[in-house]
Formats: sequence, structure tokens, C-alpha cells
Amino acid sequence: MELFSAREVSKTYASHQALTKVSISVEQGTIFGLLGPNGAGKTTLIRIINQITAPDSGTIWLNGHPLNSDDVYKIGYLPEERGLYKKMKVGEQALYLGQLKGLSRRDAMKELKIWFEKFEITAWWDKKAMELSKGMQQKVQFICSVLHRPSLLIFDEPFSGFDPINADIITREILQMKKEGATIIFSTHNMESVEQLCDHIALIDRSKKILDGATQQIREKYKSNIYDINYRGEFDIQNHEMARKYNILSDHKNGNVNKLSIQYLDGSSSRELIRDLVEHVEIVSFNEVIPSMNEVFIKVVKQNA
Amino acid sequence: MHKIILILKREYSTRVQKKSFIVLTLLMPILMASLMILPAYFASMDDKETRTIAVYDGSAIFLGRMESTEFTKFRFIPQDEYNKVKENVKGSKYYALLIINPNFVTTNSVQIISGSNIPYDLKSQIKDKIQSVIEKDKMADVIKQTAIPDLEKRIEATRVRINVETIKVGESGEAKKSSTEIGMVVGYVFGFLIYMFIFIYGGMVMQGVMEEKQSRIVEVIISSVKPFQLMMGKIVGIALVGLTQFAIWVLLGFIILSASRSFYPGASHAQQAQDIMAQNQEIVQQVNPQQVDQMQEVFSLIGTINFPLIICCFFFFFIGGYLLYSSMFAAVGSAIDTQEDAQQFMLPIMLPIILSIMVMMSAIKSPEGPVAFWFSIIPFTSPVVMMARIPFGVPNWQLALSMFLMVITFVGMVWVSSKIYRTGILMYGKKPSWKEIGKWLMYKS
Repeated sequence: MELFSAREVSKTYASHQALTKVSISVEQGTIFGLLGPNGAGKTTLIRIINQITAPDSGTIWLNGHPLNSDDVYKIGYLPEERGLYKKMKVGEQALYLGQLKGLSRRDAMKELKIWFEKFEITAWWDKKAMELSKGMQQKVQFICSVLHRPSLLIFDEPFSGFDPINADIITREILQMKKEGATIIFSTHNMESVEQLCDHIALIDRSKKILDGATQQIREKYKSNIYDINYRGEFDIQNHEMARKYNILSDHKNGNVNKLSIQYLDGSSSRELIRDLVEHVEIVSFNEVIPSMNEVFIKVVKQNA
Repeated sequence: MHKIILILKREYSTRVQKKSFIVLTLLMPILMASLMILPAYFASMDDKETRTIAVYDGSAIFLGRMESTEFTKFRFIPQDEYNKVKENVKGSKYYALLIINPNFVTTNSVQIISGSNIPYDLKSQIKDKIQSVIEKDKMADVIKQTAIPDLEKRIEATRVRINVETIKVGESGEAKKSSTEIGMVVGYVFGFLIYMFIFIYGGMVMQGVMEEKQSRIVEVIISSVKPFQLMMGKIVGIALVGLTQFAIWVLLGFIILSASRSFYPGASHAQQAQDIMAQNQEIVQQVNPQQVDQMQEVFSLIGTINFPLIICCFFFFFIGGYLLYSSMFAAVGSAIDTQEDAQQFMLPIMLPIILSIMVMMSAIKSPEGPVAFWFSIIPFTSPVVMMARIPFGVPNWQLALSMFLMVITFVGMVWVSSKIYRTGILMYGKKPSWKEIGKWLMYKS
């Protein structure tokens, strides 16, 4: 079921085109990765979803109806540029932000207690934000964005400022919320976390969407016939005639098990590669290399340039 | 509306709970009171040192005619002692040596020699004494020569005090006694209050906007509320902080005033005299009747000032002026990243405020002149200048026109400011130019 969609959304600032007819569709209970280079228009799209700015044309749909002003209560937003009131007590401002998202003071208090205990930060309640480290502040900000149990969550670079342990805690919380049925739009430059978390991605470059699809399918699509092979046996492939037929990326001799990275050229196939190899060596393992999201990202953006 | 109240509450409570607010609010009246009371206190502490002054009277006019007072003693010394003292004033038992030369009548000058600096009060005390002795002598001479009876009393009678009563003819033609002085004071106080309020609390609005922008919390907040709600919540919340502060100051002012009255019975002498007069006719005769008259005059003149009108207008222009300026301050705060960038944008806001306080000074002197008229109609200066004019009476149509323009302008300015604000709070990086800010006005929300 589709929870959220943007349909042909365009936005222009003065002479700068920020978004050109961008459409995305997000299924309920999934994590959607919104990717793109700096200045591509991601933040503009996110701000439009949060009704911080309005699109010039196009519509935003949530839960089967066009976005209206009451929908801010159903959306949780963790912006990339985020902060807290420096001189205000942490508990007070979390309560305030919760109330702005439509919670009553009592409900906000109840939810906050649960979260503060879960993150083991109850001792921070009466501290001023400026007394906390950056990572600590990020934790509080994360709590504030999910406090009102929104059905759509938007995280813009949620892991920046976190050490690996805390990043892991946040990852687990995000996955837990997904399990409970929340839908998440996730924007980041950290492609590892995209591979780990996102079910679906869209790539925006220079105001246009240039790639859209399920994460696994996209990676499959961009694979380039490269195989990692472990083998036993003496074989000098570099000086063999196979070197003309295949593109040999690397060949590490370890004595016992050797590692070969090889790409077959157009017109050939993995079956042919195996057939050619088994004549000379004993194959221990044979793996197709699926490109990382990082590689896909670079490749697609470079092609678009 | 619910959200504006939430925002307002936060703006209000965080500021009112600040230590600096509490300290300033409590200390200010004490500071003001001490500024007023201390000089009086020190004056009453006059130096209580007893000084003996040796007088050598070569002219033989003053002998025995310089009366000693409680702290200043005059001792006339003969020639031989004078010679000794003159050589060493410091070493003598006298504080100073007053030398009146034999040819005093022609030179009209005397000398004081002392080892220390002669206090100004002492110097004028001696001068007065000598002058009065000489004046008396001369007067006696004139009386003797002219032989006019009661000349002294007659001369005394030529001294008069003139009291100018000002009477203002109102629109309906009835003549009303008015007081220029009281009008000036009232106009000045109210005009200045508005000026101060705009300056201090308008600046606070700008600081608050910049704080939210710099700490980057603003994006989270405007994902929950409209930027306009955030701006108005802040402006109104800070206005309430200011009103709270004023209310506390007025209250403390009354307390300090009544406390200082019991300290200084003299200050409230006339008031007490009036109270007593009602009850006890006998005592009144001891009180200077002229003084009571004057006080009654002042009270009756204060009564002629239309206070309900002034208070109503004060609140109107107070709120109007504050909204007008604080929305501009909010717009500036949103457009800049750091305090240093503020200068360029502050100038156009500060100019009319400063101009209005300058015009006010002339307006209280000539409340119906063209300068006062125009600046009390133009919305950017009208809050301060109009307040200075109102105690003198302003035709209704002028008041109505000024208020009308005020409302139009602040609604327009709040609208323009909210457009700049909406875009400005999300813009980081280089300082925007005026042209860019102009473009922001055109952006669709």
C-alpha cells in the first residue's frame, strides 16, 4: 500500500531550478532512500513534504489524500541542519517540541520518559543543551522527531555526529519503527547505510530524478560482469591467452589459496569463464561482484553529467 | 492559535526565569531610586567639620559683624597675631586666614589664605556674609541721605514673583486652565517609555530570532508550525515580558516612593499639610499658606490632563509601535547569521526611532508646530511624537488619522516582515543583499 507520494513536483527559486517534475512513491512500512549529490534538490523536496515551503506545481499525497496542514502531526522530521535551544533545559525543550507536534503535555511527558529510559539519559533531563556533547544532543533531537509516533518519518543524515555504537543504537531504533509499521524517508550520503537499511531508493541529480527502484534490483542492474574467484593451483593467468579474452583486475598469489578478480567482456558469459578456468585450476569459490551503492551512485551521477 | 500560545508561553517563561531578567528587574528601581536619593542624602550630610577662621580686619568695618555659625567660627585677631599667623597659616590653630585690607572699600576684594583647599560652600558663605554687611551699610547710608521713610520696606516691596497661568481654549470653545510644564513632563515620560520599549524589546526579538537560526532549531520548529506563528508568538511573548517588567517597576516604584516619604518627611510636607488641613485648622496656620496653594494648583492642573485618553493612546501607540518595529527587527534577525552582519540592516530601523526621540524634544516645546504635526502622523515616528503631543490636546481628526495610518502600516509591515522572515530563517551562508531580500518577498510560501 502506498503511504506517500510526490507527483510531478517542481520548484523554482528565483532563477534556480530546485526540482523538476519529481515523482516518488513510498510503500507503507518501508524505508525509502532519497539520494543525490549536494545541491541536487533533496532538501527542497524534504522541506516541501514538511510544508516548510510549497511546490510551484505538483502535489504531495499522504495516506490517500493531498497533504493538508494537519498532516504535520503525522510527520516526524529530523533535519540535516539541526540544533536545540542552547540555554534551555533538555527535558523542557523536548516537552515543548512534543507539544508543537500536537501531543498534550502529559502524553509528551509519558513518551519522553520511555525514550529517556530506553536511551539511558534520564540524568540529562535538567541539563541545559549546551552542557551536552554533540552526540548527546543528536540523541535528544532524534527522540524529539519520533516522540509523537508519526506514520511518516523523514531522517536527513541521521547518523552524522554519532559514534559507531550510538549509530548502531539509532539503526536498531529505525528498524524497530519500520517493524511497527512506520514509513521512513531516509536521506544520506552514507551509501553503506543505504545498502543496510533502504528497501527502495530514488536518486535526484540537478533537480531531476534520474534513478528509482528497489535497492537490490538497482545493484543487480549496475553489475558489470566482475567475479571474485578463489582457486588452488599454479597458474600464471597474466601471461596466458585468457588475459586477452578477459579483463583481469587483480591476481593475488597466497601460496595456498589464490584470489583472482576478473571481468568477462561482452559476448562472453560466466559459464564460459568457469569452463576456461577449470582447465587450469581448482576453483574454491566463485562469486559475482554486485556493485556497492557507492559505485552505483558515482556511475549514475557521472553518466548524467 | 493554540500553537502561537505554546510558543508565546515558551518565549515568556524562559525569559522571565532568566537570572539576568530577575536581577535587572529588581535592581533597576533601586538603582534609579539611589540615583535620586543619594545626591540628596549626600547633600544633607554636608561637611560637619568645625573650622575656625582667623579674621584680620584692616578696614575695621567688620569687627564683630561676622557671626559664627555652628561649624564655621570667625575669630578677629589683632595686628601682631596676624603677622604671626600670616607667616605660617598651616602651623597655626586656624583653618584659614581671612584678610580684609584697609583699602577694602575701594578694591572690594578680600583674601583667604589656607593650608588646605577651601570648600566651595565655605567660600560662598564668607562671600555672602561680607556682601550682606556691605549692602546693609550702603543701604543705611542711602536712607540717611535721602531721608525717605520706610525706604527699606519699600525696596523690599519692589520684588515680585510673577505667576503665568496658561489657559487653553478647547475645541468646544470652553476655556481650560492648562499647564505647559506638566504637559511637557507627561508627554516626555510617555514618549520616552515607548522609545525605550521599542529599543530594548525590539532588540530582544532580533536576538531571539538569531538564536533560533544560529542554533539551527528553527527548521524543526517550522516543520510543526507556520513561520508566521513562530514570529508572532515570539513578538507577543517578548511584549509580555516587557509589560511584566514595567508592571514590577511601577509596583516597586510605589513601594520605594512611599518608603522614601517616611524617610524624608520634607518631601511630602505639602501633601501632609493638605491632609492635616482637612482635619485640623489650627495647624494649618503654621504651614506656609503659599506653599499649600501651589501644591493645590499643581494637583488641580494634573486633574486637567485627560489621563484616560492618554492611557488609552499610550497603549495603542505602545502596541502599534512595538509591533511595527519588532516585526522589522525579526526580519533583520532572520536575514543575518551573525551579530556583526546586523549593522547594515539595523541602520534603516534605528534612524526613524532616533529621529522620533529628537523630534519629541521639540514637540513637547511646540506641540502644534508643523514638525510635531507631521511626525505625529507618519507611522514610523508617530508612537513617540504623538505621545508627546497628547497631554497638550490633539484634535480628534489628527489622532484618528495617525492611528489609522499606524494600523495600516503595522499590518503591512508584519506581512512584509513575515515574508522575509520565512525565507531568511532557512538561509545560511553569505550575508544577503537588499536586492536578494527583495526577491524573498516574491517567493511563494
